[in-house]
Amino acid sequence: MILYVNGVKHDLSVDPDLELLTVLRNNLGLTGTKYGCGEGACGACTVLINGHATRSCITSIGSVGGKAITTIEGLEKNGSLHKIQMAFLAIDAFQCSFCASGMIMSAVSLLDSNPVPSEDAIIKAMNGNICRCGTYPYIVKAIHSVSKS
Amino acid sequence: MYPFTLVKVNDTAAAIKSASGNEHAKFIGGGTNLVDLMKMNIEKPEKLIDLNRLALKKIEKLSNGNILVGALVTNTDLAYHPLIRSHYPLLSEAILAGASPQLRNVATTGGNLLQRTRCYYFYDTATPCNKREPGSGCSAISGYSRIHAILGTSEQCIATHPSDMCVAMTALEAIIHVEGKDGKRIIAFSDFHSLPGEHPHIENTLAPADLIIAAEIPALGFAANSTYVKVRDRSSFDFALASAAVALDVQAGSVKHARIALGGVGTKPWRALAAEQALIDKPATMSHFELAADEELKNAKTTLYNSFKKELAKRTLISALQKTGGMV
Amino acid sequence: MSAIVGQPVDRKDGRLKVTGAAPYAAEFFQAGLVYGVPVQSTITLGHINNIDSSEAKKIKGVIDILTYKNAMSLHQTAGGDPNSGKFSEKDLLPLQSERIYYNGQHIAVVIAETFEIAEHAAALLRIDYNEEKPVIDIAQSEAKTYRPQQGLGGGSPQLKRGEADDGLDRAGVKFEQTYTTPVYHHNPMEPHSTCAYWDGDSLTVYDATQGVFGVQNLLANGMGIPKEKVRVISPFIGGGFGSKGFTWANTFLAPMAAKLVNRPVKIVLSRSFQMFTCAGRRSSTIQKISLGADSGGKISSGKHETTSETSFVDEFVEQAGIATRILYDLANLDIIQNLVRLHRGTPCPTRAPGEAPGTYAFEVAMDELAEKLNIDPLQLRLINYAEKNPFDGKEFSGKNLKWCYQQGAASIGWKDRSSKPGAVKEGKYLIGYGMATATYPANRSKASVKLKLYADGHAVAACCTQDIGTGTYTIMAQIMADILGLPMDKVEMKLGDSLFPQGPNSGGSQTMATTAPAVRAAALQAKSRTIQLAIADKRSPFYQQQEADIIAADGKLYVQHDQARQETYSQILSRNKMEWIDADATTDVTLKDGQKGPENDQAKKPAENPFAKQDEKMDREKYAFHSFGAHFVKVRVDSLTGMVKVEKISSAMDVGKILNEKTAKSQIMGGAIFGIGMALMEGSVYDPQTGRIVTKDLADYHVPVHADIPAFDVQFTDMPDYNISLVGSRGAGEIGITGITAAIANAVYNATGKRVRDLPMTPDKLLA
Repeated sequence: MILYVNGVKHDLSVDPDLELLTVLRNNLGLTGTKYGCGEGACGACTVLINGHATRSCITSIGSVGGKAITTIEGLEKNGSLHKIQMAFLAIDAFQCSFCASGMIMSAVSLLDSNPVPSEDAIIKAMNGNICRCGTYPYIVKAIHSVSKS
Repeated sequence: MYPFTLVKVNDTAAAIKSASGNEHAKFIGGGTNLVDLMKMNIEKPEKLIDLNRLALKKIEKLSNGNILVGALVTNTDLAYHPLIRSHYPLLSEAILAGASPQLRNVATTGGNLLQRTRCYYFYDTATPCNKREPGSGCSAISGYSRIHAILGTSEQCIATHPSDMCVAMTALEAIIHVEGKDGKRIIAFSDFHSLPGEHPHIENTLAPADLIIAAEIPALGFAANSTYVKVRDRSSFDFALASAAVALDVQAGSVKHARIALGGVGTKPWRALAAEQALIDKPATMSHFELAADEELKNAKTTLYNSFKKELAKRTLISALQKTGGMV
Repeated sequence: MSAIVGQPVDRKDGRLKVTGAAPYAAEFFQAGLVYGVPVQSTITLGHINNIDSSEAKKIKGVIDILTYKNAMSLHQTAGGDPNSGKFSEKDLLPLQSERIYYNGQHIAVVIAETFEIAEHAAALLRIDYNEEKPVIDIAQSEAKTYRPQQGLGGGSPQLKRGEADDGLDRAGVKFEQTYTTPVYHHNPMEPHSTCAYWDGDSLTVYDATQGVFGVQNLLANGMGIPKEKVRVISPFIGGGFGSKGFTWANTFLAPMAAKLVNRPVKIVLSRSFQMFTCAGRRSSTIQKISLGADSGGKISSGKHETTSETSFVDEFVEQAGIATRILYDLANLDIIQNLVRLHRGTPCPTRAPGEAPGTYAFEVAMDELAEKLNIDPLQLRLINYAEKNPFDGKEFSGKNLKWCYQQGAASIGWKDRSSKPGAVKEGKYLIGYGMATATYPANRSKASVKLKLYADGHAVAACCTQDIGTGTYTIMAQIMADILGLPMDKVEMKLGDSLFPQGPNSGGSQTMATTAPAVRAAALQAKSRTIQLAIADKRSPFYQQQEADIIAADGKLYVQHDQARQETYSQILSRNKMEWIDADATTDVTLKDGQKGPENDQAKKPAENPFAKQDEKMDREKYAFHSFGAHFVKVRVDSLTGMVKVEKISSAMDVGKILNEKTAKSQIMGGAIFGIGMALMEGSVYDPQTGRIVTKDLADYHVPVHADIPAFDVQFTDMPDYNISLVGSRGAGEIGITGITAAIANAVYNATGKRVRDLPMTPDKLLA
C-alpha cells in the first residue's frame, strides 16, 4: 500500500488491520504522534489527513491509502518551526508535552480553516485534546497569538 | 483486535453484494465507533467493506423542500452546512455537542445512525452483557447504572442510546433511505431503532447486507426556532446525562406545533410525543413546560444509581423549551 | 547584566517537545524489539487454576507467554528512603504465584513480533479461576477499619495537641460534618511504559518514572543483580502526578519478558483498564471534621478523622488530616487516621497526597463554620491565623499568607460576594464566590551533581533526577547560566539517567528545591576553580586579584572594579591546556524534623565542595518549612440543570523565589485545573457486585477539557526563602491543587445554597 506522509511516498506491505498510529510509530519511526488512549478519547494521536485533524489511533491503515497525511514531524520546513510550534514554545503551552503534538496538529487544522478564530472557536476546536498537566490557558493563548499575527 | 480483510467498493451494488451472505462482514465509513469496538474485541468482523469511494457525500435540497443527506456526509460537513444551520439549528447543535472535532471530521451520518451504546459493561468483555452476548445477562441492571436509560428499558437491557445527532433527527422525523438485496426502500426514523425488549442485540430494523444510503430531513418551517440542550459531567467532549432537542412554533404566546426528543435517557433516540401533545395549543409558559416534561417522564423507570435522571431530563427539557419559547 | 533566574525564559527542551522529537520511554527501538502485552485478572479474589494458552500460541508471531510458571524469581525490593525507590506492592511482586488479590492484577505477558499480534493473542488466553468473595467497598460490612502503624507523616496514626474532645464539649459553637471523596486516577497522558534489553548479565531499561535512581535500585534488588549492571534511562516523562513515583509491575515485566525471549521487549500499558487497575490511584476518603469555636470566631478545638483505603498487598495511607495540623492556630487538635483493606490494587501518592482531599474537607468545614458564626470566611481564617507552627511553636521558614489573602480577594472581587447563598442571579445562572487556604510542605532532600565547564565556553551538568514536565531542564540551566555568566544556549542540564550522580525522585514538590542547590554549588565550584587558575597565573589579567572581586557575566569573567581586566573561560582553559574543568557537589538535608542538623551527623562525610556545605543548613530545629497560598474562585451554576462552570480562579501563592515565572504559573494553573477535575467531574467507580473497575477509560473517567477552564490570575509573593536554601525557592508542583476543591465547593454553595459534601459535584448532586 502507498502512503503519503509529510510529502514522502512510502510503499509499505502491512496488514489492513493496523491502525495508522501503529504504522507511523513502529513502521515509519515517526514517534512524535502519541498513544494516549487508543480509542479517540484524548487527542494525543491527532494527525492531519487531507488537511483535517483526525485520530490516528482509530483510523485503519487500509482507509488512508493515497491520502496526504501530515504529522508533527512534517510541520517544520527548512529548519524553521511552524508558527504554531513557535507560539507553543514561546508561551510555554505544554509541560510534559505528551499532548503537545496532538494539540499542535489540531491547532494547525483549526487555523487552516479559520485563520482568525475567536477564543470560543479555539476552545470548541480544541476540546477533543486533553492536557492532563492543565496547560490549557497557555494553549489558548498560544493559538490566539498566532491568529492575531 | 481480531484480524480482518478489507475490501474497497466503488458503488452501492458492489457494497451490498460484498456483504450478502456473510454475517461477519461489516460496512465501514469513518470507523470512529467501529474501530474502537473492534479494538476492544466487541466487534469482530472478518471482512470490512470500505464505503468511502461511494458517491454518498452530498447534501442536496430536494424539489419538495426536504434535504437529502448522503450517508457518508461527515458530522462536520452536516453540522456546518448553511441549510442545516439556518433551517435546523437543533440538528447542527446536536452534532456539535457530540464527540470532538477530530472525530466529527471523519464520523459519517450513516455511521452515527448505527452508533452503539457506551454502557460500561457492553464495553467490558469480561462481564456479561445481553447486547454483546445474547443470553449472558445484564451486568448494568445489578451494577453501576448512573449513565443508563430510564425510558424504553427492558428486563434484558438498560443501555442508553448515545447519539446526539439521532435525537435531533427523531424530532425532525427524518427518513432513512436504505438499499438492500431487494432494492431501495425507506424507513421512518421512529421505526429505524429498536427497543431492547427481549433481544437487545438487535438495535435496528436493517436486514442483513442493507446499506444506508441517505437520511432525508423533511422541510419543517418552524424548525428554524429550535435548539439542543445537553447536560453532562464536563463542559464538552462527553456523552449526555440528559439532552433535549426541541423545535417550537409559538404564535401569540401559544404553542402551535412542537417537536421534542430526548437523549441520554432512552434506550433509543427518544421522541417525546407525550410532551408534544401536552403543549399543543397551550401557552408557552413555565408551568406548561413543566407539565409537558412531567407527562413525558411520568413512566420513567430508574435504578439505584440513576434516579436523578428523571428530574434531570425534565429540567433539561424545560431548559430547551424556555430557550425556544423565547424565555431565555 | 540581568539575572536569568526569575526570567520567563523558554524551555531548553522546548524545541524537542514542539517538534515531537523528545523521546519518551516507549520510543527507544533496539534491533529485534518485540512487544509485550500484559494480561490481567478478571476476578477480584481467588487463584488461577489454569492458563490455557494453546489458542494464543497458534497465532503466527507469538513468541512466548510469561506467567507465574515460567517467570524468574524476584526478591523483596524493600527500601525505606523514598529516593531509593518504592515498589508499589511489596507483597505482590509480579508473576510470582497463582494468587489473585485484585481485579486487574497482571497474570501474564504475551510476547509477540508486533503489538497487534500480542494484543490479539492476549484476548485468546483462557484462564480458569477459583473465586473467593472479595472486600470491594470501604462501606461494606466485611471491610475492617484499623489504625495503621505508620499513619500520619510516617508516624503515629494519631496527632494530638491539647484535649480536643474537652474543648469541643466546652465550645459555644459546635460544628460537625462528614465529607467523602472518591477514588481518583492520575491519568498522565503517557501511559506507564517500559522497554528493556539484556546484554549478557547487564540490563538496560527505558522507563517512564518519576524516580530513575529508585528504579535502578529496585530492579537490582528485585532481580538480585548488582546495581552497576542495571542502567535506567528516562529523559522525558509524559506526566506522572505520583503514579510514576512508585514503581509498578510493568517495570519488572519488561526485563522479565526480555530475559525469557532473549530479545528487547517493550510494554506500554493500555489506557483502557490497565491504567485504571495497576498504575496506582488516589484512595477514596471518608473524613469527619469537628470544630468548636466561640461566637467571635476563635476556634479552640478541632478533630479531623480520616478513613482511607489500601490493598491486601501493601499499605498506603492517604493522610488527609496532615495539613490540618499546621493550617490554623487551634489550641486543641486531634487528627486520626484509619485504614481499610480492599481487594483493589494499592493506592499511591497523587498530586498533594493527603493535602488535596484533606484541604477539601477541612476548608469546606471552615466555610460552613463561618456561615454558622455569621463571619466572613476570609475573616474566620484571619482570626485563626497561625503565625507560628501551632504544633511545636517553630517559626515558619517564610510565611506570607496574609499577602496571599489580600491579593486573591482583590483579584476575584471578594467584596462583591453576597454572604447570603443563592442571592446573585444572572439570567438562569447563579453566581457564587468561594475561597480556601492552600498549603503544602516545602520539601528538600539530597542531590548530587557533576558539572563540566568546557574550554569552548559551554557547561554541562548532570544529575539523576527527572523533568516530569515541571521545567527542571530549564530552571537548572538558568541557575548555571547566572552563576557562570553564560547565555542559556551555552549551558545544559542532563537528567534521567542512572549513570549520572544520584538526584531526588520527583515527588513531594522537591525536585527543584533539592536539585537547584547542588547545581548552584557545582557551578560555583567550577567558576571558582577557573578563577583560581587565573589568579595564580602571571599570564592572566586576573593575576593576584582577589577571587571575590571577579564576576562572571555575558560569557566573560571581569574584575568587578576594573572591567577592562577580563577574559573568557576559553582563554583561561586553553592557556592551561585544559579541555574542561570538573566540578561536583552533593547537598544533603535529608534529616527529618527533630533530628539534629547534618553538621552534627557523624555518619555524614563533610562536603568536599565548600559551596555545597554552605547550603546544607536547613535548620529543622528552628523552622517549619511549609508553603502557603490562597485560592479565590467565582462560579456560575445553571439553576435548572446544575451544570457548574468555574468562571475565574485567582490564586496567590507564597512559594519563595520564583525561578521561572512561566513554568511556575503553569504549575499553579495545572494544579488548580487538576482540582477542577476533582471537584466537578472526576471519580472512579468499581462495580458494586464484582469489584471490577467500571470507569475504565478516558471516555468514562472525565478529566477537564478546554471548555472547563476558567480565567486565571496567578500571583506570587516571589519572596526568597533563604532558610530552605541559598536559591531561596520552594516547590510549586503540588500546592496548586490544595484548597482549590474546597474553594470551588464553597463558591458553588454561595451560588446555590446547596452544600455538596461528596465529590465530585456532578449536575445530579445539585438538582435537589
